[in-house]
Amino acid sequence: MSAKNPEYDFKWCPGCGDFGVRRSIEFALKEWSVTKSVPIENTVVVAGIGCSGNLVHLLEGPQPFGIHGIHGRTLPIAFGVKMARPELNVIVVAGDGDFLSIGAEHIGPAAQRNLNITCVIMDNGVYGLTKGQSSPTTVFGTVTSSTPFGKVEGKVNPLELFLGHGASFVAGGFSGKPRELAKLIVQAMDHPGFSIVNVQSPCTTYNDTYDAIKGDPKKGIAPLLYDVPPTHDTANWEAAYKLARSPGVPVGILYQNPTSEPLERRMETMKKKARLQTTQQLVDALNV
Amino acid sequence: MPKQDFVVRFAAEGGAGVVSASEILAQSASQYGYHVQTFATFPSQILGGPTWTQARVSTSRVLSSGDEVDILVAFNKEAYQTHRSEVRPGGVVLYDSASFTPDKDKQAIGLPFDELAKKSGNLRAGNMVVLGALTRLVNWELDFLEQFNAKRFSRGRPGDEAIVAGNKLALRLGREAAASAEMQVGQLPPPVPVSYAQILLNGNTAIALGAMHAGIDVYVGYPISPATPILVFMERNLMGPGKFAYQASSEIESINTILGAGFTGKKAMTATAGPGFSLMSEGLGLAWMSEIPLVVVDVQRGGPATGLPTKTEQSDLLAALNPAHGDVSMPVIAPGTVEECFYAAVKALNWAERYQGPVIILSEMMLSERSENIPKPDLSKVLVENRKVYTGNNGYRRYEEHGVSPMPLPGGPGSYIANGSEHDPFGDTTHLPDRHIHMTERRFAKLKLLEDGAWESKNTQHSIAVMPWGGEKGSGMEAYAQLEAAGVPVAWYYTMFLNPLPPKLLEELRSKELVLVPELNYMGQFASVLRSHGVRAEAITQYTGLPFKVRDLVRRVTERVQAGNKGRVKV
Repeated sequence: MSAKNPEYDFKWCPGCGDFGVRRSIEFALKEWSVTKSVPIENTVVVAGIGCSGNLVHLLEGPQPFGIHGIHGRTLPIAFGVKMARPELNVIVVAGDGDFLSIGAEHIGPAAQRNLNITCVIMDNGVYGLTKGQSSPTTVFGTVTSSTPFGKVEGKVNPLELFLGHGASFVAGGFSGKPRELAKLIVQAMDHPGFSIVNVQSPCTTYNDTYDAIKGDPKKGIAPLLYDVPPTHDTANWEAAYKLARSPGVPVGILYQNPTSEPLERRMETMKKKARLQTTQQLVDALNV
Repeated sequence: MPKQDFVVRFAAEGGAGVVSASEILAQSASQYGYHVQTFATFPSQILGGPTWTQARVSTSRVLSSGDEVDILVAFNKEAYQTHRSEVRPGGVVLYDSASFTPDKDKQAIGLPFDELAKKSGNLRAGNMVVLGALTRLVNWELDFLEQFNAKRFSRGRPGDEAIVAGNKLALRLGREAAASAEMQVGQLPPPVPVSYAQILLNGNTAIALGAMHAGIDVYVGYPISPATPILVFMERNLMGPGKFAYQASSEIESINTILGAGFTGKKAMTATAGPGFSLMSEGLGLAWMSEIPLVVVDVQRGGPATGLPTKTEQSDLLAALNPAHGDVSMPVIAPGTVEECFYAAVKALNWAERYQGPVIILSEMMLSERSENIPKPDLSKVLVENRKVYTGNNGYRRYEEHGVSPMPLPGGPGSYIANGSEHDPFGDTTHLPDRHIHMTERRFAKLKLLEDGAWESKNTQHSIAVMPWGGEKGSGMEAYAQLEAAGVPVAWYYTMFLNPLPPKLLEELRSKELVLVPELNYMGQFASVLRSHGVRAEAITQYTGLPFKVRDLVRRVTERVQAGNKGRVKV
């Protein structure tokens, strides 16, 4: 919307990883729309607060519906959207601060419900919009404006955390490869259950990790990034957990529960036990 | 003059069945044609701790739980000692003689509750023994309790017959045992049949049913006293195509989840109490800002913090009016009776749809837990409203108008962004001063649509008025009837629509020299709200965790009216 909109005054910094994530979501939504023959208005993008959340305003082309809500509350909002209208395609876009710090309490319940939505987490290891404070994925010892003598907390491993909570689809991605990332997001949207794509999306201003992720032969830096090996069994949770805990940044699907049953279907099954009464019947039952 | 009503109090250790005792009495008496109201207060635990419930049975509509106790049923010594002083002269104490014996109490009758239950063949019929004894004390026939027993416990289960027979015997044994004491507390005239259909329910159920009638689609809540029964009701009954109820993982989740549901076009509600309401603050601000219809029920209990979880108080009003940071004025409906709980819920959902934003129902512990017989609502006559939905083309400027505009729904045309940041017509974030002015004024202008609230008044010629709010309406009405009969020159005003206040009502209130507001909080919250509207209002406060006694209200209003203009409130 922003390109046509002179009032909107937010901009990402040049080189921000979120540009790539935006492109990949545009690709994914277009493909989704064509292959499923559903209008783009059937998608709702629920955005967190932070640089990443502004993605919802910056999408080009046909516009999905959007909610730009409260810091940390993307999952509860998305829960309401999806369960109220299960036919909608719901995408959460949030950063590591929003999703893993203030919003972390909602990951467990969403995973255990197997809420049928797709989360795209833009992980840059820093709070960007508030100008460079440490986040859950900031490395131990890092000096930031809020950790002037080095961060004293360990770094959260998001993939491990998502798997530990029981997410039924967990993938790693990189903003520098938008085509591959788009493919992963489409697979996540196709997955009937709670899916998360954790994307390395570097912050060029406060935590530029491009060299570390991509590597730089000239500087003698080996890349952290690697593709999930084709031999990896994505249905094997233990293997996925092992991969998540090993060094480096895996790109691809780590885990996908092949028998995933989404919440809306579980609820349909449970409710078969119930006896539906009209409001009039409920009132009549109280007759004096 | 024959007695017109009886107040029976059951006091025991938690878990002894006093809640069901007063409920059975209320149900059977209301089926017989009497008017009833129960009242309960318990400690915040499941078993143990002193508990008491009360039922008031009357030949006319019951307005309050009653100041004095006619019959105290004391299951143990502590209950006896705590409540004995509230039994009126001429009242009777029915105590469990297997548990204790009071010293030289001429008003007391001892019965071995459990021993008589054992004799009846149903060990759990202690309540029936007590109720049987009660019928003797107020000179009722046993038949209506017997009818109730046969109806209530014939559930088509094996063993029903034995229970019904055991209960029947227990009623008789209790009655016979009480007869030997030859005591009575007076005789209630036969019930006066009413010409309309009635139902018996409590405030929580009334709110739930009102929401059901108004077309609620989504309910999400987190357990908290005294609002939990609404969640339980919804989990059982809110289902069918496009509808669901869910227990959330926190109140933060509840509010944001119903907001997501409201965005998609659904009617959504949650219910909570003070602590949960505090957690919903930010979500309510988002609903106001992004113009999403939803309803939050705050069943008030004593506050702040965890406060008094199982006692009643009216201390969340200011929080309900301004729950979030920033320029926010939340629509608030505070029902005053169980009947009003039903209509408040319908109206709240209607208001939310009409102005596209959040609406608060401010209930109270005292309303939520009490059962009352009310005229049965004729659902075909209770109007239900639905939001205006956008049906045009894409590129819609959702936030252009100076007031409410049709709402686009996902899957349909007019995609936009519901934004918690200040936004332009598409919902994109903006910081332009003109836009913030326009949007702030738009949000407040929408409140004009909600100025249709009903209100009541009486004897408006007087320059001093009394105006209770919320659950203190009942004791206020009962007190007012006495004030009126005594010739105290004071007018009566009442509305459950606290924000926005009906403009004509406000106009009248502003013309008064003094408006007395009885309310259950320390700060005099509603009086201060009225003063901010330019009304010379003064609070009559109480903060005990219990409702007003009618006699206290009569005395305090009379004293204040007699003091007249001395100490007149300046606005």
